[in-house]
Amino acid sequence: MRIPISALIGLVLTCIFLFVAIFAQWIAPYPITDVSGGQWEGPSAQFWLGTDTIGRDILSRLIYGAQITIFVALASSVLAFSLGAFLGFLAAVKGGWIDQVLSRLVDLVMAVPSLIVALVVLSVLPLNLTVLILVMGVLDSTRVFRLSRAVAVDITVMDFVEAARLRGEKGSWIIFREILPNALSPLVAEFGLRFIFAVLFISTLSFLGLGVQPPLADWGGMVKENKDGLIYGKSAALLPAAAIAALAISVNLVADWILTRTSSLKGGRGG
Amino acid sequence: MHPILKLLVQRIALGLLLLLAVSAVIFLGVEALPGDTAQAILGQQATPEALANLRERMGLNEPPLTRYFQWLGGILTGDLGTALSNGADIAQSIGQRLGNTLFLAGCAAAISVPLAILLGLIAARHAGKWPDKVISGITLTTISLPEFVAAYFVIFIFTQLIPIFQPVAMVFPGMSFWAKLNAIALPVIVLVLVVLAHMMRMTRAAILNVMQSAYIETAELKGLSPMTVIWKHALPNAIAPVVSVVMLNMAYLVVGVVVVEVVFGYNALGQYLVDHVTKRDLPVVQAVGLIFAAVYIFLNMLADIIGILANPRLRHPK
Amino acid sequence: MADPLLQIKGLVIEATSYPPGEAPKQVTLVHGVNLTLERGRVLGLIGESGAGKSTIGLSAMAYGRGGVRLTGGTIHLNGREIRLADAKALRALRGREVTYVSQSAAAGFNPAKQITEQVIESSLSHGLMTKPEAEARAVALFRKLGLPNPETIGKRYPHQVSGGQLQRCMTAMALCPRPDLVIFDEPTTALDVTTQIDVLAAIKEAIRDTKVAALYITHDLAVVAQVADDIMVLRHGRMVELGETGQIIHRPTQDYTRALVSVRSLEHVEKAPAPPILQVQNLTARYRGTTFDVLKNVSVDLPVGQTLAVVGESGSGKSTLARAITGLLPPSAGRIVFAGRQLSADLAGRTKDDLREIQMIYQMADTAMNPRQTVGTIIGRPLEFYFGLKGEARDKRVQELLDQIEMGKGFAGRYPAELSGGQKQRVCIARALAANPRLIICDEVTSALDPLVADGILKLLLNLQAEAGVAYLFITHDLATVRAIADKIAVMFKGAVVRYGQKTDVLTPPFDDYTDLLLSSVPEMEQGWLEQVIAHRKMESAGN
Repeated sequence: MRIPISALIGLVLTCIFLFVAIFAQWIAPYPITDVSGGQWEGPSAQFWLGTDTIGRDILSRLIYGAQITIFVALASSVLAFSLGAFLGFLAAVKGGWIDQVLSRLVDLVMAVPSLIVALVVLSVLPLNLTVLILVMGVLDSTRVFRLSRAVAVDITVMDFVEAARLRGEKGSWIIFREILPNALSPLVAEFGLRFIFAVLFISTLSFLGLGVQPPLADWGGMVKENKDGLIYGKSAALLPAAAIAALAISVNLVADWILTRTSSLKGGRGG
Repeated sequence: MHPILKLLVQRIALGLLLLLAVSAVIFLGVEALPGDTAQAILGQQATPEALANLRERMGLNEPPLTRYFQWLGGILTGDLGTALSNGADIAQSIGQRLGNTLFLAGCAAAISVPLAILLGLIAARHAGKWPDKVISGITLTTISLPEFVAAYFVIFIFTQLIPIFQPVAMVFPGMSFWAKLNAIALPVIVLVLVVLAHMMRMTRAAILNVMQSAYIETAELKGLSPMTVIWKHALPNAIAPVVSVVMLNMAYLVVGVVVVEVVFGYNALGQYLVDHVTKRDLPVVQAVGLIFAAVYIFLNMLADIIGILANPRLRHPK
Repeated sequence: MADPLLQIKGLVIEATSYPPGEAPKQVTLVHGVNLTLERGRVLGLIGESGAGKSTIGLSAMAYGRGGVRLTGGTIHLNGREIRLADAKALRALRGREVTYVSQSAAAGFNPAKQITEQVIESSLSHGLMTKPEAEARAVALFRKLGLPNPETIGKRYPHQVSGGQLQRCMTAMALCPRPDLVIFDEPTTALDVTTQIDVLAAIKEAIRDTKVAALYITHDLAVVAQVADDIMVLRHGRMVELGETGQIIHRPTQDYTRALVSVRSLEHVEKAPAPPILQVQNLTARYRGTTFDVLKNVSVDLPVGQTLAVVGESGSGKSTLARAITGLLPPSAGRIVFAGRQLSADLAGRTKDDLREIQMIYQMADTAMNPRQTVGTIIGRPLEFYFGLKGEARDKRVQELLDQIEMGKGFAGRYPAELSGGQKQRVCIARALAANPRLIICDEVTSALDPLVADGILKLLLNLQAEAGVAYLFITHDLATVRAIADKIAVMFKGAVVRYGQKTDVLTPPFDDYTDLLLSSVPEMEQGWLEQVIAHRKMESAGN
């Protein structure tokens, strides 16, 4: 199997981000809330990437920010995925009123942009990580629902599924042995895209002041904290912004590669 | 009735139904969440008497359904109620801000739509060759940027590296049109950047899809020139998907506007919304949320309607 | 002597293939083919899939479809070399000297434009005639091709006319600019058998009247024998044999050609009447949410260990009958009696034995097998499910079944994507056999296969029937297949059985009108057959 260079870069970067996120406590030179320097100091031997608006080490906050950003995004995309894929498969295999009710409900949620729904809901709910993960996960599960339902419907009408039904196989065999193995690769690629979406979503909410609350900070929150420095030529806000972009691009490269692989498998041999 | 008319009526009815359902969710669904408007206004220290008093005054003791219909009736007659935070009339506050938002979004659309279609055409024309690869690579990058990240990079570039613009976008009544345009240059650049990538990628896909049809081969085998093939055979079939792509991205633009307005302190609907979410001012959030939802639903409906109108099978039934 | 119209020498055609997960590689589709076509002659190009016949056909207008490249040899058209001609020169000859009729006119016509506009387009763009002249010529061609309402049909949009009519319109489009050469690329393959004959006759007449030369590409030797003066037999991108039509079909010199000629000539002697294993009684069925019966009061019997062929065109209800028998579509009236017991109408009400004893084989072996399961799992699952076979016992039985379908060792570990079309269908047969069924429903099991491969499958099915005594309900649109395998026949038309009985009785006159139409529409490998058939028709073709 050949991995194109772009996907390889994406894969390596994604792994580095994951590593940093998991071992943040051991890697970060300073604790997350430690005010150890002056305001917006430039890079130095002491602070490799300088200090932020109240003098905290930017590198340390970036490393902890990776942990929070990736944790929240991962948790909400896992939630979106389990919920969406389960209900999507259910709707596809059962059909009938279950399918109708679920599909119309999803239509309704998707009729309004997720950010607007999130803003409306967050104006009432308390702002903590659990609520954020739940809100983002549920909102995003609608997209996973649509995709997994469509994929499963495509597979359900195949003759080999009919053959299994004619053999007398139970629902669990049909879902787990006939449908799921064939639905896996589009779903894996979709997981990458959902994860990116969650990263962008939580960053945006934090930037608007409605996501992760201080003194904790994810990357979006760090952009917010340091944005005023920009007009004085202090580029501290650009570092977390670049981190968001780098993570999203890396995962995108991997997902893109998985997607093309899936379509070429589906399309059979070329030429 | 002509079948196409029937489809259009159905689609419009569906849009209205969806809007109604969304309004119910925004009002009743939010009511059902834990949280108390009276408490939100008076804060944690409020006495029980004051709370009861306020609830009575705001009609919060009435059944939710009754209040929903009152709210809905108000909206239909242009009465959006008053803000909890400062008692201002919501309809009035929204009025000019909506104008500002539409101005910003309109300018971004006016630049991004032709540009996206042009780039999409170029990429599709050279599919798989270097112009396509360059365009696709750049757009894959910009797709990965959230609006505010793109915004700060743009700010940094145009206020620090090449200082030609202001980092804030102040507009006020009485400003000349050109002054306004100059003021919103940066937010427009950001919006264009973000929307362009999506729109261009989808345009490219839509055109490629048409170009791979068997009837394009038929046209080529007639010895027609490439321009004639594109102009007479591809275009009539590509218009519908491309217009549909444009509409969908306009809907996307509507959301992008919210964040960009906050970044640039642009006094318009998006910033107004975010402001009042932070203040937990539910009536404002509900009203503005409904407006954004309505625009989004309307644009999606428009995309479908154009798709229906452009379909020859529907236009010329058997 | 004047130059021939088309002269191809040493043609080599290559393409890049992109196997998933591997590096792209170059494949050669055509290896040095020579071909000469004189003015006004019709050359048939025949071969199975992968023979390169369409690719060679399109090379006559120096066109490579989808990244196919004409890399070697010369192509002379009207005395000019065109393989290396520039784009401008190619545009000047395409649609003027050479035109093209594709297999699917439905896809080949632009859905957004009226038919006439597309038919006359090349005549106008090449400046061959004025618009009124071109329109008049289009109407004349529509009339010649037997289209209804020739004056007005061109004002319609492609989706507003039937498939058979659209195929004639595309022929008109090809003939309109008075080309020297028309390439017909399987123009009747996608049509129903009774429609195919009408379109074929129209094409033949148009070729004869306009005296145009043609390359006629098809996989069906009997079809090409009706229209071609000469036939070139192709295989794997190489020429096998070239000769006059009469010589090719009566005195082929190559083994491969002989095999193609004798294909579909399997004859099967019908067995003596026996007690039924399956009785379908007064079956009526419709799909949910519709108000139209797709099966109307159908009654047929299938004797133990014999074959009942259910014959009909698309829309006749033959596949619906299969769905009703399997329990996938519960009928609204009537009963199904199997081995003396009445079967539950729907799938959920059937016992495991009911399910085991009735097995099904599908038309598309590709989609009938889970691409993520190995052949061993696919065949082994029924063994495990019905008989509880596990481990070594199961593997042993799987190998026995593989031997039975003549595939031998080493296949159990492979995935369906690694098999050829014929092998896939064999695995599906093995999966059905694994259940020890008493009845196998075969739904168009040979129609997606090349003729020689299909013949192999039919022979295998007959052998298995002789060994295992299994009965077949054989659904097909192809009467040659019916002759090869059936003991009894039911002819279906618009949801009802119009003729039913022992094979010999059904195929012996006097016929009802529909059976007559259907039987007479099967192309025979005989020159001049087409004219006889058209002259003796009693009924318009069903799909036209």
